[in-house]
Amino acid sequence: MDESNATCGKRLASIGLENTEANRQAYRELLVTTPGIGAYISGAILFEETLYQSTLAGKKFVDCLQEAGIAPGIKVDKGLVPLAGSNDESWCQGLDGLASRSAEYYKQGARFAKWRTVVSIPNGPSRLAVVEAAWGLARYAKISQEHGLVPIVEPEILLDGEHGIDRTLTVAEQVWNEVFYHLANNNVMFEGILLKPSMVTPGAECKERASPEKVAEYTLKMLKRRVPPSVPGIMFLSGGQSEVEATLNLNAMNQSPNPWHVSFSYARALQNTVLKTWGGNPENVEKAQTALLIRAKANSLAQLGKYSAEGESEEAKKGMFVANYTY
Amino acid sequence: MFEETLFQSSRAGEQFVDILKKQGIVPGIKVDTGLQPIDGTDGETATQGLDGLADRCKRYYEQGARFAKWRAVLKVDSDKCPSSTAILENAHGLARYAQIAQANGLVPIVEPEVTLGPGDYSIERTAYVSEKVNSHVFRLLNEYNVILEGILLKPNMILPGLDVPTPSPEEVAKYTVRTMLRSVPAAVPGIHFLSGGMSEEEATLNLQALQAYGPTPWSLTFSYGRALQSSTLKIWSGKESSWKAAQERLVALAKANSEAQLGKYAGPHPSPGGARILQALRLGGAGK
Repeated sequence: MDESNATCGKRLASIGLENTEANRQAYRELLVTTPGIGAYISGAILFEETLYQSTLAGKKFVDCLQEAGIAPGIKVDKGLVPLAGSNDESWCQGLDGLASRSAEYYKQGARFAKWRTVVSIPNGPSRLAVVEAAWGLARYAKISQEHGLVPIVEPEILLDGEHGIDRTLTVAEQVWNEVFYHLANNNVMFEGILLKPSMVTPGAECKERASPEKVAEYTLKMLKRRVPPSVPGIMFLSGGQSEVEATLNLNAMNQSPNPWHVSFSYARALQNTVLKTWGGNPENVEKAQTALLIRAKANSLAQLGKYSAEGESEEAKKGMFVANYTY
Repeated sequence: MFEETLFQSSRAGEQFVDILKKQGIVPGIKVDTGLQPIDGTDGETATQGLDGLADRCKRYYEQGARFAKWRAVLKVDSDKCPSSTAILENAHGLARYAQIAQANGLVPIVEPEVTLGPGDYSIERTAYVSEKVNSHVFRLLNEYNVILEGILLKPNMILPGLDVPTPSPEEVAKYTVRTMLRSVPAAVPGIHFLSGGMSEEEATLNLQALQAYGPTPWSLTFSYGRALQSSTLKIWSGKESSWKAAQERLVALAKANSEAQLGKYAGPHPSPGGARILQALRLGGAGK
């Protein structure tokens, strides 16, 4: 739930709401006060504004989360900007002042951090973009650990493109090779990080689709080739997949034991139906919270390999891919 | 095997590779051509053997070899060694060798040996250096598109310098497994530790202690030279009359380690209480 104010504005606009602090606060209060949500969710990534917000009754969001058994996390990157000298690619900012910001966030109650950079297959990716992504993640991870925050390491390989699943595998292997090399060079402790990879799927515009079993096979092959077993957890991003697709793929990945815990860190794939159910109406809060519980429980079952798609709503099956999507 | 051995036969004229195959033992071949000093470093070495390697691999494959081995050696001390020059040079050699071996049907054993040497460097230092070395090795293996499911790793166990008292098997196991978990992707099917100077008994006890940390994604097992052959050689001493006794010792040592890699070794050891088996690094290429 770490959408920046600008991105949160897109979410609110999709249900006809203005992008005001009050609306952002109302939406986040809905999420963090969902009764019983702690049974399925172990961590919540917050945007800086949200980390310092409270319920209307005056209770800090971080306290709501902690009481529910959910660790508060904080998005610490400062977004993507064009990478000079590349093939129209991006790099992720946020290292300046990161140490002192991390210290402040820890004081406020955050216990983990997140930094999302992206790699684009249609644009190459160029070696420059891959190395930059890996380097930024490695520096961020080290600084986070120095300040008591577990870093979530997220190099998102964007879904955009017509490429097939084999191409995604090649690029993913290249990216994670670079990431772990730079993490090691920066003396990051692998037992104290979490990964947030994209699953290995065909590009969104590829005509040949892949079943959950194929996505699982390719993704696990990639992880086994690149991720040291000392990394305790791998939490996939949904990246534009529909809610049900994201859950089915996760379920397929948990049909046999893995060296690391394989789970989910979903934003759109948890919130889409919730948002539409709420629509900004206080009378719909309970129904929307129920919708959140349905998605959270489904994914919770999926990370145990026990999910079944029977009874899922049509809304949940709608794809959420948006070409050239920017956060 | 060394190249000469690959092409040798028994007195009765049976090829060694056939004798091995009959016993269910896969013949392998050492393909590096030895160590050379790297100028400007403090006694660090590079491993040679890339020239003509593809052709040699083809020949070895025809003779019956199905896996290869290349030993890179990294010197370690408390602060200077290994240098980044030595790390990059050795990682590069291993990656190119592995790529060429796979292209010619041989499974490469990748051996980045952080060598047991004089000094009082700590077990933590060896662990840190081994992680660094492995990180560079795997990065280059991946860059050269080596199939990790088709290699075996032959690393050192994690030991402090020779001037530090020998650690317990439990301590060695703790640091060794931690290093492997931090360094080795799950796609690698097997980790075969080198003995590198450990006594025969030490090599077995340490191997046994590793198994307590399982299950691991890769097997934790042995590829011992000195720790299988040291007392075997001494018993034989070149005497026809000691042939059988030497063979019995070899089998006993192999059996002890076979049990240890299942976590089932109970002792007593066939070769108890031995000292470290040290040999100086030999420079100047193979066959000299």
